[in-house]
Amino acid sequence: MRARVLVRPKAGILDPQGQAVERALPALGFEGVRNVHVGRLIELDVDDPAALPAMCERLLTNPLIEDWEIVESASADSIGSSAGAELPEASR
Amino acid sequence: MKFGIVRFPGSCDDVDALQAAARVGDAVLLWHADHDLQGVEAVIVPGGFSYGDYLRVGAIARFAPVMAEVEEFAREGGLVLGICNGFQVLCEAGLLPGALLTNVSLKFIFRQVDVEVVRGEGAFTGACEAGDRLSIPVKHTTGRFYAPEAELDRLEAAGQVLLRYAPGHNPNGSLRDIAGVSNKQGNVFGLMPHPEHAVDLLTGSADGLKIFESMRAHVEQHVLA
Repeated sequence: MRARVLVRPKAGILDPQGQAVERALPALGFEGVRNVHVGRLIELDVDDPAALPAMCERLLTNPLIEDWEIVESASADSIGSSAGAELPEASR
Repeated sequence: MKFGIVRFPGSCDDVDALQAAARVGDAVLLWHADHDLQGVEAVIVPGGFSYGDYLRVGAIARFAPVMAEVEEFAREGGLVLGICNGFQVLCEAGLLPGALLTNVSLKFIFRQVDVEVVRGEGAFTGACEAGDRLSIPVKHTTGRFYAPEAELDRLEAAGQVLLRYAPGHNPNGSLRDIAGVSNKQGNVFGLMPHPEHAVDLLTGSADGLKIFESMRAHVEQHVLA
């Protein structure tokens, strides 16, 4: 199974990267942008999707500073097109 | 006494740490892929970019073969010092509380800073007095110490904060100006500043030697005695 793991900085932790992006957008004329946070996307093929939460807790993220969310997808085909992506489902 | 300095792929301060430790005792390099601590009395996890900092700083290195031995050594009370990337590795391994995040400036910083000794006792700062100011360089992009507020309160109450950046010297936005923190038992210590780069007046300061001297005195009194 193809899976995507979305990793975000935990709410409440200062995110200077998000702030830098938030400041940069108005400089390009994009107004009205708030609450920007920059995280990471990890894509992987897994035989056993049930193991994904343990992978997230042990290696893919640091749960002290990051939240994660697993976005599952039946085949690789539906990944790579934002139009076809399913809405992420909170995993925890 | 004998220090062992871990060398990961991507370590870059291993040789400076080796030479700094050699000023106060014997020192050997420990290869990351070996399950062998060579009978050392103290382990130093040095600075650098272990495993390319892939995924997160320290995240891959904490699973290196040698780290299984380092964790067991720490559980048995052995002294483990993590400097910069070594601090990040020990946090990822759960041997130290908290985590290190990207500097608030988002920039790599490389400068001499003053740190204040919070506790002039124990295995890592025993050769100092509380309130001493040490001049030691920092050089990192990911050095902002973070722990949840309640955990910070607990660390301070338990005396686990050993070093703070002096007023005006916090280079990275570390919470409560924390520069170095130990585990509850006091035998594992991590700090972002580089004491191994401050061991000779030729390069501006020899204050970093105090950390290594503290470790030697502790081992001589409590391990080798």
